[in-house]
Amino acid sequence: MDTLSILVSVCLVYVIILFAVAALADQMAAAGKARWLRSPVVYTLSLSIYCTGWTFYGAVGYAARSGLEFVTIYLGPTLVMIGWWWGLRKLVRIGRSQRVTSIADLLASRYGKSNMLAIGVTILAVLAVTPYISLQLQSITLSFSIFAGTDEQAPDNTAFLVAVGLALFAILFGTRNLDANERHYGVVTAVAVEAVVKLIALLAVGIFVVWGLVGGIAPMMERIDASEIGAFEVQGGRWTAITLLSAAALICLPRMFQVMVVENDDERHLRTAAWAFPLYLFLMSLFVVPIAVVGLDLLPVGSNPDLFVVSLPLFAERDGLAMLAFLGGFSSATSMVIVAAMALSIMISNHLIMPLYLTARSGLGVTETGDVRHVVLMARRVSIGAVMALGYVYFDVSGDDAALAAIGLIAFAGIAQILPALVGGLFWRGATRAGALAGLTAGFGLWVYTALLPGIGTAGIIPAAMLADGPLGIGWLRPQALFGVEGLDPIVHSTMWSLSLNTTAFIAVSMLSFPSPLERLQGAQFVNVFDHSVGPRGWTGSPAQAEDLLTMARRILGPDRAQALFHREARRQGVGGNLPEPTPEFLDRLERELSGSIGTATAHAMVVQIVGGETVSVEDLMAVADESAQLVEYSGQLEAKSAELTRTAAQLREANDKLTQISLQKDGFLSQVSHELRTPMTSIRAFSEILRDTRRLSEEDKNRYAGIIHDEAVRLTRLLDDLLDLSVLESGQVSLNMRSATLDGLLDHAVATALAGAAKPIAIDRRRSEEAAQIDTDLDRLSQVFINLIANAQKYCDAPDPWLTIRLRSLGDRLAVDFIDNGAGVPREARALIFEKFARVGGDKAGGAGLGLAICREIMDRLGGEIAYLDGAQGGAFRVLLPAPRAMAAQ
Amino acid sequence: MSARGPNLFLERETYRRRRLLDAARVLPVLGIALWLVPLLWPATPEEGVPMSVALVYVFGVWAVLILCAFLFGLKVRTRHADDAPAPRPGSGQTR
Repeated sequence: MDTLSILVSVCLVYVIILFAVAALADQMAAAGKARWLRSPVVYTLSLSIYCTGWTFYGAVGYAARSGLEFVTIYLGPTLVMIGWWWGLRKLVRIGRSQRVTSIADLLASRYGKSNMLAIGVTILAVLAVTPYISLQLQSITLSFSIFAGTDEQAPDNTAFLVAVGLALFAILFGTRNLDANERHYGVVTAVAVEAVVKLIALLAVGIFVVWGLVGGIAPMMERIDASEIGAFEVQGGRWTAITLLSAAALICLPRMFQVMVVENDDERHLRTAAWAFPLYLFLMSLFVVPIAVVGLDLLPVGSNPDLFVVSLPLFAERDGLAMLAFLGGFSSATSMVIVAAMALSIMISNHLIMPLYLTARSGLGVTETGDVRHVVLMARRVSIGAVMALGYVYFDVSGDDAALAAIGLIAFAGIAQILPALVGGLFWRGATRAGALAGLTAGFGLWVYTALLPGIGTAGIIPAAMLADGPLGIGWLRPQALFGVEGLDPIVHSTMWSLSLNTTAFIAVSMLSFPSPLERLQGAQFVNVFDHSVGPRGWTGSPAQAEDLLTMARRILGPDRAQALFHREARRQGVGGNLPEPTPEFLDRLERELSGSIGTATAHAMVVQIVGGETVSVEDLMAVADESAQLVEYSGQLEAKSAELTRTAAQLREANDKLTQISLQKDGFLSQVSHELRTPMTSIRAFSEILRDTRRLSEEDKNRYAGIIHDEAVRLTRLLDDLLDLSVLESGQVSLNMRSATLDGLLDHAVATALAGAAKPIAIDRRRSEEAAQIDTDLDRLSQVFINLIANAQKYCDAPDPWLTIRLRSLGDRLAVDFIDNGAGVPREARALIFEKFARVGGDKAGGAGLGLAICREIMDRLGGEIAYLDGAQGGAFRVLLPAPRAMAAQ
Repeated sequence: MSARGPNLFLERETYRRRRLLDAARVLPVLGIALWLVPLLWPATPEEGVPMSVALVYVFGVWAVLILCAFLFGLKVRTRHADDAPAPRPGSGQTR
């Protein structure tokens, strides 16, 4: 009696310490100074809720009954952990990027946010885990009773009190905050502390047994070989099947998923947990066989091997050690129950209660008044209470020790039914919702029929006759010998049938069915999560009211967080104020944010309700495709326009350059003209002043000066005439006087005019016989050109005996007249310039203004012909290409 | 690692890294294979393998796997740390 009261007080102190630790951790996390709370060590230790009371006490009992087989429970998880690069890494990444809140949520999210699937998984999880919880209650009760010394010590009362206490703990620390991404630091830290306690307890008992009771490793080994489990004996089927089931359980158990994926703070923690968690399991199972062997040896026959961990120290009268062992078992059981209840409550509230609540209130609409957060938290608290109550009721009703011991594996087999849909969802894009549902249904049904009902059958749920002969006497439907497969271990039998048919149904239906667009999008996101952790999603722009969204978000996330989220989003969009545009990206982000609190499917449903848009239909996708096609077209147009603009800009630049050049030319021309006018004007002024002011001037001088003035005036007039001529020609205002004549007559006139009055006329060499060609043009203008050329030759030909050759040439259908003198010609470097205005070669020798050739070129341009300097001739040589006859005919 | 100095050949590093990941993938397969070996042992009580041997085998494999996983985790971590370009000691080129 004394021991029991001590035990109770120790338990109470321990629980108070746990409460304190959890409260402290929550406080530190809230204050933001909890770096070590997010360390890989805490993560690894929190994974240890895999080791429940069943493993703490039960492993020894298991070993005492079936030898080394117990170790398979730990081998499966070890394999999964050391293979983290294959599977767990992806699972955790998806869990974080999709803000998954539970295993049911993950499957729902993967298969097109289907709440139906989530409901199925939730029911399966509740069915599989509830007996498991009652198993923990039983282990605590049993260990209490062994301390009390009598098995009759009011176990009901103990179990009830424990259940209530654990429920309280889970509610206090598991439903404190809503966003599952804010993690349950309190719970996780408490679980980590408990992990340390149970490891130390088991190691202490083991070390005490090996070194304290037996006396070292070598005698221990001898003792093991001499014991009743001294020979290695395992059934191959059970060995493999249990390894597989335990591996599946590590991923699929709701509580494991909770600590491994949902509570995961940093993906890199997996790196540590990959070896640290197997090490933990290794240490947990290291002393199991020694304890079992020594217990079988020392303890009286008939004592419960499940309690050897406590009863051995008690037998050796080490009460302190026994107390520690008891605390270890207590820790194992409580941590499992707390996290399991929490994980289940999240699933139940998100996938069962909230959808029902939303449906019931859909008439009012979610934007109406009422705090959904409050509802969600309430739903979770009620769920925790309900799960705990279910566990207790199950414990109370069954009460059969043997049945409970078997429950652990049965629960594993049940939860493993999730595995095909989960693995398929992670690695196979072709997996569909229909396939997952079919597989789950088949596996679930077979599990219930072949494992769950027979397993608890002794409690009277299915009659023994049915177990022996099959329903209605149909032999091949016997639950433990389906389709005539007899002689298998029940758990192997059940696992084989349920998992294989589950997988078959999953794959077959997946291949035969066609996924919805949303499923396909999610499938791609899950399978290729490493390619794009944030990928294309389903929302299409819809006229949602940002205010409504804000109202809803406020009620789920809390006013501050919602406000912050919307504000941030508005800033990101560059919109003023606090209300962002409901763009697809924003809706997507909002939905993920909400799904952290209320699960993917529910969050999706709530946003749909406000946005009013369906999720993604084929039509939407088509619209998106159309839109992008339009975009492509539009951008093509833009490109064309931009090219055109570039071209126009180039043209403008060119025109501008030309204008600048012309302006420069004009300036140059003006200064040239004024200079040309100034020279004769100066001499006219000077000589007229002399005539006016000088009194006694000889007649001879007077005449000479007057002659100079006259000459200069003539020159001035000629210059002005030329300028006028040129400007008329250049402006294109000249009117042509077209007449017809023969070329020789024209040349006669030109030679006569050009050489008239010359002191020493240049000799002209012509072939009159060839010059009979008839031309039709403005004869005056053409002869002006000829005169100019002949006069130039007269002026510039520097040969001592100058002569000019004039020849008519026939170039195809055009006629050309060449003027070639025997002088030095125009210097090569000046040839490009001679047709420019005021270009003079060889100084001011002949007193010309340098406009003659420029005028010639303008005239020829007008007439449709050409004038050019003839390179390669002996002296100065010009060629006048006469206008084409056709052009003349047309005029 | 530190004795090897700077990354002279990036390709080699990448190659090593790939093989390291291969090793990580092989590890669970190796574990499965090794832990299935006991099923081949004779299972009759008379000539069965003694429990002590079985214990040593199973736990030995376990320890080796844990060690490998630990080393892999360590490698992955240091390689990630190595990604930052380290100054090349002793290279006098200033260009």
